[in-house]
Amino acid sequence: MTELRKRGGGGDPDSTENLSDKEADGDDRLGLQGEADGEGDGDSKADTPDIPPTTETDDTPQCLNKALEGLPPRWKNYWVRGVLSLAMISGFFLIIYLGPVTLILVVMTVQIKCFQEIITIGYRVYHSYDLPWFRTLSWYFLICVNYFFYGETVADYFGALVQREEPLQFLARYHRFISFALYLAGFCMFVLSLVKKHYRLQFYMFAWTHVTLLIVVTQSHLVIQNLFEGMIWFIVPISIVICNDIMAYLFGFFFGRTPLIKLSPKKTWEGFIGGFFSTVVFAFVLAYLLSQFQYFVCPAGYNSDTNRFTIECEPSDIFVLQEYTLPAVIQNTLRWKTVTLYPFQIHSIFLSAFASLIGPFGGFFASGFKRAFKIKDFANTIPGHGGIMDRFDCQYLMATFTHVYIASFIRGPNPSKVLQQLLVLQPEQQLSIFHSLHSHLRERGMLPPAAGRPE
Amino acid sequence: MTELRHRGTTDNDLQHQQSDDKGSENELKGDKDGASDSESKADTGVPEVPVPPDDTPEVLNKALSGLSSRWKNWWVRGILTLAMISFFFLIIYLGPMVLMMIVLCVQIKCFHEIITIGYSVYHSYHLPWFRTLSWYFLLCVNYFFYGETVTDYFFTLVQREEPLRILSKYHRFISFALYLTGFCMFVLSLVKKHYRLQFYMFGWTHVTLLIVVTQSHLIIHNLFEGMIWFIVPISCVICNDIMAYMFGFFFGRTPLIKLSPKKTWEGFIGGFFSTVVFGILLSYVMAGYRYFVCPVEFNNDSNSFQVDCEPPELFQLQDYALPSVLESLTGWPTVRLYPFQIHSIALSAFASIMGPFGGFFASGFKRAFKIKDFANTIPGHGGIMDRFDCQYLMATFVNVYIASFIRGPNPSKVIQQLLALRPDQQLHIFNSLKAHLTEKGLLPALEEAAA
Repeated sequence: MTELRKRGGGGDPDSTENLSDKEADGDDRLGLQGEADGEGDGDSKADTPDIPPTTETDDTPQCLNKALEGLPPRWKNYWVRGVLSLAMISGFFLIIYLGPVTLILVVMTVQIKCFQEIITIGYRVYHSYDLPWFRTLSWYFLICVNYFFYGETVADYFGALVQREEPLQFLARYHRFISFALYLAGFCMFVLSLVKKHYRLQFYMFAWTHVTLLIVVTQSHLVIQNLFEGMIWFIVPISIVICNDIMAYLFGFFFGRTPLIKLSPKKTWEGFIGGFFSTVVFAFVLAYLLSQFQYFVCPAGYNSDTNRFTIECEPSDIFVLQEYTLPAVIQNTLRWKTVTLYPFQIHSIFLSAFASLIGPFGGFFASGFKRAFKIKDFANTIPGHGGIMDRFDCQYLMATFTHVYIASFIRGPNPSKVLQQLLVLQPEQQLSIFHSLHSHLRERGMLPPAAGRPE
Repeated sequence: MTELRHRGTTDNDLQHQQSDDKGSENELKGDKDGASDSESKADTGVPEVPVPPDDTPEVLNKALSGLSSRWKNWWVRGILTLAMISFFFLIIYLGPMVLMMIVLCVQIKCFHEIITIGYSVYHSYHLPWFRTLSWYFLLCVNYFFYGETVTDYFFTLVQREEPLRILSKYHRFISFALYLTGFCMFVLSLVKKHYRLQFYMFGWTHVTLLIVVTQSHLIIHNLFEGMIWFIVPISCVICNDIMAYMFGFFFGRTPLIKLSPKKTWEGFIGGFFSTVVFGILLSYVMAGYRYFVCPVEFNNDSNSFQVDCEPPELFQLQDYALPSVLESLTGWPTVRLYPFQIHSIALSAFASIMGPFGGFFASGFKRAFKIKDFANTIPGHGGIMDRFDCQYLMATFVNVYIASFIRGPNPSKVIQQLLALRPDQQLHIFNSLKAHLTEKGLLPALEEAAA
């Protein structure tokens, strides 16, 4: 406990390594080191003491170390980062190839790892390893919330399977009640576990857990919902964010002059703008490439006969090439009258604009968080890159945006869900809806006006 | 600032550290030294929140000046309790619109109380932007929830007015854009020396929103199902509070939980049984009136709420055969009940058993941050949150209960979704529905009629 309570950072090397962006933050550190300054002191006294620096053991695997021994440390760092980036991108391609079920499993694993990373930071900040029950409760809440969300997803997309199996049917019908009961059990356990001397810590950890759940779990489920719309809605946003990260870094590296925001001194306006334009172009091209394949474009449907996912369908309108007349300005420059595009490419421009303009705010948020709690990285899972959260911080806002975008501009409601709801209504209500639908379809010409339909 | 940073165990602070119920209580004072000292050491550095001054209105003070201070306190509590209950009846009489407004006001006040505690805990009054951002997030989340409610229940009105239609079609997108703006403002407002405080307040705001705003919207959803789903749960919780207090006062011996030393097992069990009985009686009385039982609907012709319908089966008297045990006791072969009364047993059981956990949670919270009450809005009772802490779990439970056991989906919402589908999907659903209705035997007769 004494080590954890040590404030001000023991010695300079430790303190410097605490900071993510070494150049800045000198003032912040000095301000807190034993000075009786009003604000700084207030800050450190008001909150719990600084957490100790993450053990800076070099995590690079031995094989990489050997291969790179000859190079100076700066180049070695770049090579490690580069190799790991390529490894992660190849991993990404591999799991896309393996299909939707693998993707869901991977998303879930990533979610659990992110949750664990953030909770571990919480434990260290509040040195609450010794609190009774707390680890159990945090993981229990994670399971509850996941159960709730996955249950809703399964009930929606696996409707036929659920109707067949009796226990699944019961679970689906009372799903909300069961989830709520599970959550309540956790809540009561929390209240019963309150210990006299540790009330505040326990409440802090409770709140920390809930905010983490809110951020991590809801977003991962939005990612899965996007996935079910069609794998392209999963691949394109993630690729765009990765591309923006890499491009902004490269542009900043070669042309960077003007700092962008005090929070992250290494980001520059040149990187930001260069990243924006290159990401839009990249998205445009990627959308064109992927829209041609049914594997990416079709919603993942569960075939109850073969008990597997099938990805086959009539591609919807946005994935069918259409001709657009160019506005006069561009017509003069390019001398093309019309251009054949997938409508999805136009949507991808909006997605990439969001990823480049607003996505970085997710990164700044994470930087601010790391500065606030004086940690360099969320964890040390990926050598050279830090934890899983470090890689995924920009993705979260993107996943939510994509989901909201789809819900607002692309997709209508889910037909099987509507049918489900219909079948649960009272018979009179079903009848009245039937008649309204009947007249509506007749108006549209979808149904022959005369009777004489086969029974 | 110096006042807030004052630590130590002066008399004032000891008074503050008596958490939970008001009224004179000596148990905490006894072991104050050990517990409170280590508590203030273990939870570093956040100074106690100062106690607001005595807020009792002058008129009450004068009327009670003759009595000793203990009785005076009880009279104040008693009078305010009656005042709150009468107010409750009044707003029920005034109808659904007024109820919605009241729920909104209560929500805003609760949010304000909790956020103020956060400010005091982190003495972050001077942080740039923070108050603005907290209120902005409250507005965003409320806009999102109210928008969804309005779209569901006022569907026809919304379709008529063009700007409302656009707002409702892109509602999620607009809400998300508003929230994102707040998020970006937060990131841009991060100031070098105050990162941690700002993140704490951000987290505090979001947890408060999660607790306060979502629950208040569940209350409104319950209200739209029928005012009885609003009145009975709230009354059960109030009754449980009062009855547990009475039973505890007259018969209390065994303490219930260390967190709230004044609660006793006798109060808990007595409260349970009396609340169940109260719930059954109240449901019997209320289920007879359409005003309470019918779903609240918006009539687009008259542009007002109407509460008129054919009462669903739940609210129609039915005969139940008593099990033989009760038969021999009471001599009645069957009993006429509303099915709703059976549901009310479940509701009151929840209110008596789980509701107190909400109260314990709030007590723990007050102990953790060394405050006596959330605020001093209601003389003798503390803040609005003090009165509503047990209600929140109840509102969620009622909503989940209705969704799981009572109500099906909302038909107008289903039609909405149907009309938004693609024609081939509509046709597919039409055929499935036709097959289903034919199976059930509802359709063939009409089939001939239509032909």
